[in-house]
Amino acid sequence: MACKAWNDKLDAFVDGELSPDVQRELGAHLRGCASCAAEITSRLQLKSAVKRAAARRYAPSVEFRRQIEKKVPPRKREWRAIGLWAPALAAAAAILLTAVWIARRPALSPEMAMLREVVDMHVTALASANPVDVVSTDQHTVKPWFEGKLPFAVNLPDLTNTPFALLGGRVAYLGQTPGAGLLFQYRKHRLSVFIFEERAAWKQLGPDGIPRQHASFWVETWSAGGLRYFVVGDTSNANVSQLSSLMKSAAAAE
Amino acid sequence: MVIPYGEVNEQTGSFAELALPLFDPLYNFACWLAQDRTEAEDLVQETYAKALAGLSSFEQGTNFRAWMFRILRNSFLNSRSGLAATRTVALEDEGQEAAFARATEGTPESILFEQMNEEAVREAIEKLPIPFREVLLLADMEEMPYREVAETLGIPAGTVMSRLARARNVLRENLREKVVRA
Repeated sequence: MACKAWNDKLDAFVDGELSPDVQRELGAHLRGCASCAAEITSRLQLKSAVKRAAARRYAPSVEFRRQIEKKVPPRKREWRAIGLWAPALAAAAAILLTAVWIARRPALSPEMAMLREVVDMHVTALASANPVDVVSTDQHTVKPWFEGKLPFAVNLPDLTNTPFALLGGRVAYLGQTPGAGLLFQYRKHRLSVFIFEERAAWKQLGPDGIPRQHASFWVETWSAGGLRYFVVGDTSNANVSQLSSLMKSAAAAE
Repeated sequence: MVIPYGEVNEQTGSFAELALPLFDPLYNFACWLAQDRTEAEDLVQETYAKALAGLSSFEQGTNFRAWMFRILRNSFLNSRSGLAATRTVALEDEGQEAAFARATEGTPESILFEQMNEEAVREAIEKLPIPFREVLLLADMEEMPYREVAETLGIPAGTVMSRLARARNVLRENLREKVVRA
């Protein structure tokens, strides 16, 4: 039981809401009072247990994110500067541009469409405030997190003595099918690895691809053990290849 | 340009720059309140639509995050499940002294919350009545200062303190029961 004099200040201490003077005074008291110190420890543990259990508990789907992003205008101030005619003018311009674009654009090959989709997923993850749902640099934490969420096991490489670090993972969706989305750090860059069950439509991407460039991102994709892997990054193709090799060795080792 | 996270004015950026980073926390909070993903999506949609429509009513210099969370929370309270969830809860006594007295009764000092299973903590949070759940999540999950929690919930900061103390007390009791049962 905490001391009566300090009892009503303990929560405010844990929440950092005391004035600096009172904070210091209570800090000094805690050094000599075992019961108040135990009480504070218990409250701090409870606070962090709530944060751990509740934060990022529910992640929105990619479809819902896109839906909201489409509804939010990119820059409000520009609209205001153009004035009241802006929406009508913009709508007319958009219709015209779309018509011209549809008429002139070359048909997108399935391979290009796939690369674009994968790059989009990587960019969406980077733009997110919470790009991963399980935050851990430990492969032995991230791998079990996927258990029960995906119909396959996610094998992660040992990154010791490599320039890469694992940042975490999340469930990614491609064509309404769940897969693994992993995020890695290379210096100041972040790379994504996506793993999905292989589909017949993807066979044309080849069993073991070479890095391809799309919108200044490098993408390497290959198929192994019934799974399709994609590695995406904006670093050099050598980095993408290196991370791909690490992923391939991890999959082969299991 | 660096945009201050909590505050907005004409120079700091567009609605999108300020509102989109709140998308994940808003969705998470909506799920915690509604306990249903479809309903949470409706609440988040409604929040963005109302915020866009009422942007002119946002007082510059006040807290943008608190404003967005308040819209979402009020939308939830006005929804069918929000009305049902809050109808049964009576916060009979918000006096600070009474709350602090209750908060200290039988505090289980021996429980090591650090070792508690995350699922057990989640279940205990889900069991909290809405007024306790929301104040706890804003203070501990979103790490909002009392002033911002007060702004979000539309209550005085003193009430935030007493309600938070009661929420934590109930949570501790729930968790202690789980430990005892285990």
